[in-house]
Amino acid sequence: MLNRLINFVTSLRLTVACLAMAIVLVFVGTLAQVNLGLYVTQEKYFRSLLVFWTPSGSDWRIPVWPGGYLLGWVLLVNLIAAHIKRFKFTWRKSGIFLTHVGLILLLAGQFLTEVFQVESFMRLEENGEARNYSEDARKNEIAIVDVTHPNHDTVVAIPEAMLAAQNEIRHPHLPFTLRTKEYVPNSFPSGPMDTNSSPRRLKATQGVGQRLAFDEVAITAKMDDENKPAAVVEVVSDQGSLGDWVVTTWLTKYRLERSLPELRTLLQSPQQFAFNGRTYQIALRPIRYYKPYSIQLLDFTHAKYRGTTVPKDYSSRIYLNNPEAKETREVKIYMNNPLRYGGETYYQASFEPGDTVSVLQVVRNPAWLTPYFSCTLVGLGLIVQFTMHLVAFLKKATQKIRSKTVPSGKRADLAAGRGDLEPAGAAAGATGSAKTFRTSPKRRNS
Amino acid sequence: MKKWLPWIVTGGFAVWLLSTLRPPPEATDFHVNEFGRLPVLLNGRIQPFDSVARNTLLSIHGTQTVRPPKEDSSKKVLSATEWLLEVMTKPEDADRRKIFRVENIDLRNLLGAREGRLGQMALTDFDEEKLMKLETDAQKIAEKAAQQRTGYERDLLHLVESLMLYHRVKSSLRLSDSAPFLASIGKQLGEKAVSRMGAEGSDPFLRELELFRKSFAPGFEALRQYEAGGEYNKEDLGLFSTLFHRYQSLANRAYPLIVPPVHPDHSRDAWSNIGTSLMESLRSGEIHPAINHFAVMASAYRDGRAADFNRAVAEHKQWLASQGLGLEVKKGWEEALFNRLEPFYKSQVIYVVALLLGCAFWLNFSEPMRRSGYLLLWLAFIIHTGGLLFRMFHEGRPPVTNLYSSAVFVGWGAVVLGIFLERIFRDGIGIVTASSVGFITLIIAHHLSLGGDTMQMLQAVLDTNIWLATHVVIINIGYSATFLAGALAIIFIVRGLFTRSLTPHVSKGLTRMVYGTICFATLFTFVGTILGGIWADQSWGRFWGWDPKENGALLIVLVNALILHARWGGMIRERGLMALSVFGNIVTVWSWFGTNMLGVGLHSYGFMEKGFKWLLAFVISQVIVMALAMVPLSYWASFRNTKNLPEDSGPTGQPVAASA
Repeated sequence: MLNRLINFVTSLRLTVACLAMAIVLVFVGTLAQVNLGLYVTQEKYFRSLLVFWTPSGSDWRIPVWPGGYLLGWVLLVNLIAAHIKRFKFTWRKSGIFLTHVGLILLLAGQFLTEVFQVESFMRLEENGEARNYSEDARKNEIAIVDVTHPNHDTVVAIPEAMLAAQNEIRHPHLPFTLRTKEYVPNSFPSGPMDTNSSPRRLKATQGVGQRLAFDEVAITAKMDDENKPAAVVEVVSDQGSLGDWVVTTWLTKYRLERSLPELRTLLQSPQQFAFNGRTYQIALRPIRYYKPYSIQLLDFTHAKYRGTTVPKDYSSRIYLNNPEAKETREVKIYMNNPLRYGGETYYQASFEPGDTVSVLQVVRNPAWLTPYFSCTLVGLGLIVQFTMHLVAFLKKATQKIRSKTVPSGKRADLAAGRGDLEPAGAAAGATGSAKTFRTSPKRRNS
Repeated sequence: MKKWLPWIVTGGFAVWLLSTLRPPPEATDFHVNEFGRLPVLLNGRIQPFDSVARNTLLSIHGTQTVRPPKEDSSKKVLSATEWLLEVMTKPEDADRRKIFRVENIDLRNLLGAREGRLGQMALTDFDEEKLMKLETDAQKIAEKAAQQRTGYERDLLHLVESLMLYHRVKSSLRLSDSAPFLASIGKQLGEKAVSRMGAEGSDPFLRELELFRKSFAPGFEALRQYEAGGEYNKEDLGLFSTLFHRYQSLANRAYPLIVPPVHPDHSRDAWSNIGTSLMESLRSGEIHPAINHFAVMASAYRDGRAADFNRAVAEHKQWLASQGLGLEVKKGWEEALFNRLEPFYKSQVIYVVALLLGCAFWLNFSEPMRRSGYLLLWLAFIIHTGGLLFRMFHEGRPPVTNLYSSAVFVGWGAVVLGIFLERIFRDGIGIVTASSVGFITLIIAHHLSLGGDTMQMLQAVLDTNIWLATHVVIINIGYSATFLAGALAIIFIVRGLFTRSLTPHVSKGLTRMVYGTICFATLFTFVGTILGGIWADQSWGRFWGWDPKENGALLIVLVNALILHARWGGMIRERGLMALSVFGNIVTVWSWFGTNMLGVGLHSYGFMEKGFKWLLAFVISQVIVMALAMVPLSYWASFRNTKNLPEDSGPTGQPVAASA
């Protein structure tokens, strides 16, 4: 029984089956991007153990195909097991061995990346204030900021996922409870005059929500769009309710006052309330990752090719300030030339119209070097194996052609004239070979 | 005789090639070719008028020359540059040329294009009112996603865009409406304005420039007084502002940037179009010398004064060199030469001949045929390489920068491998596969070039970077190898099934070739794919993002790995190997073109609408070949009457490391 299991786990048939299933998975996962968008497709097909199918009109989840994680793990186990079982180092196998070590490193590195990689963004205004945090592109948090103290703020941040899942949120540092009355994963602001009948309209008794409602809209999967969640949160203390607030990323990520000038003062001031002599602000904002250093944008440039709108270059000149390391310097970040600092990498990601706002992508990935090693190993391994194979083959081919094309009597002269160990090509390329080829092997066989 | 035949054949083609190196004589007294070599700036790069003309004509008309109308008895075919000159200087003649294509039947009926040849229409054939309405329709269509447009809408959009481009080209060298403009100015301002115009009877545009020259100082003075709040001459100021608005609209319209920078050492790429330059003159008070040169050329060409035209062209060229723009003149000259030599077209022709000779060798196994084919393959390959190298040095970029150049490069890579195979095996198979893949990829490249400039500048994100350059080149070699393996497999299947020529020896050789080529393809596609990931990591911080193009490359790696492992495990034999190699063709073409048609992801830079049906046809043909491979061996012509089935010979080329 165990033997059969070992044979199965180490078999080439398993490798081939996994490769075949991976081919189908990758192809279907590519086509699905047209409708589902990149992010949803990745979650459904590649970052999953199984791919589920939901027949329309039902909410069944029928597993129909192995997902990316499952295939990756099985291939990895298969590869390692096969090597353990049959490992016996010989020079002739060295290329295959190197290749597979490289592959193991690549797969392992990608799993590490999946687990540990954090992607966020830093939006910087030219000569604006220095930032010491970056913001997540997708995940949000509800932040309750105690701004009573003149010198520092106290922040309690609760992930959006908790807001969506629970009705009541308590936190040891908060003297009140948050009660989620409504939550929608995507929303759109609607003025008081809007009469379209949305299934859910979010309003509040306090703050912006009194004047501006938010309607639920369908979740988007487009690459150039994102979901803007909204929620109605009631702040409840032991002395009773402090009112309902609408929190949404519309208020923290977008400049609604530009399209709604009549609400400018309301939209520009933070939503806040007082309780027990302390002042709190409440907001739904992207999750922040704080750094021990700060970055300020000095200058953003955006060059185009003359007479066209084709961008030639984007670059950000920034000022990096790390008080702990007593390090201050200017850095130029531009396309294909990121800044690697403090375990993170800063890329020129985009900009806003007007060319005064630059957006940097911030990536923390402890496994970022694995592909470099892996590529070297696999490349080397394949070259070694391929070259050994080719040399052996060419030797054989040369011998065969000689023995078959040169009549035995002439062979000695030829060898004397040309030297005995010429590569195969020399005989074919030589002008005199036309005559000898009349007795080529195919002729005889046909 | 037989011994020398290959050399005679190859020598003949070489002589033909050398004969085309000599510049052809000018078709008329005008030095049109010389004009075609003058440098201008368009699409962000320096190029000769010749390239502007060819690319414009290609995108409007679909060819690089204009055939004469039926009623023209001289039957003279216009070269692209001649056509461009006609449009820019004699628009009333150019407007009557049937150059606009209307392929869609509905659109053709709507426009009443039935009379024109193949739905081709001249500007004068269009009904103004209908055109106005179509232009508004086109604006709406332009907002739709490219994939959602119908055939009618695509054609309509192309037509409207062609008309717009045509109008822009028209006002690139001179203003075509100078005569009515001067008449209306004369009516408005009377004697004073007329006296400032150039001599009566000379070219209207030259007269307008003269008016501009003489009106500048008084107009500027009037403006100064007006701004100071004092007395000012209303007529002078009015004329000044009329000219300002006129040149402002011209600045938005004129197409190539023909006027070189005033201070090239300060900013070398600060070229401007004729309108922008005239606007600039309103500030500086001086007309740019280049405008004068072009005005003289235009009026001389229009009036048929060849000597004046030629002198102005030579003067302009000399003046450019004296301004320190010698490098630009050289670039223009080089590119015009490249355009004329058409190396890819010529190697395409020779590939076909080599292919035919290779097939002829199979029919009668006469060695001179094979030798001739082999030498011709080399000849075509040398020209192909020359074209590739020229493009690289001219652009200062790696060989692959866009879909067009990838097609040229993939073919080149397959030919290299094919020549290598032919040197080893000497059985014509290398010739046939290499020349057919080379020929087909160059045809594809030709069709991709219809989209416009093939040397366009790269988006910032694609700008040269060592990882980008290496990954694209390596992955394209991987494409070449996979296609070559597929082509070899097709030969195996077709020869085995339909002819008796697939002897055990040939079959063994082919299996070896396919196996070796797939090893090679695996190496290059894998390394190329990983390097692509590394580039992505360097550029925007993620090694792998499941982007369609990345997935496409991964698919090729997976298919090649699957073939190798299945072969080592004994799961497939010769026919299985062949069928899967043909499948490799499908996957490669999907990765190369199919992924670009999805219109999603970072790599969707090369969206092609018309390519889709060709892609589909190719996939279907490959599926049929795969099905043929599955026909039981007893029906194969080569094995019907023999007990020596290839299946009995066991897997050949099995590597020593099969157990790993």
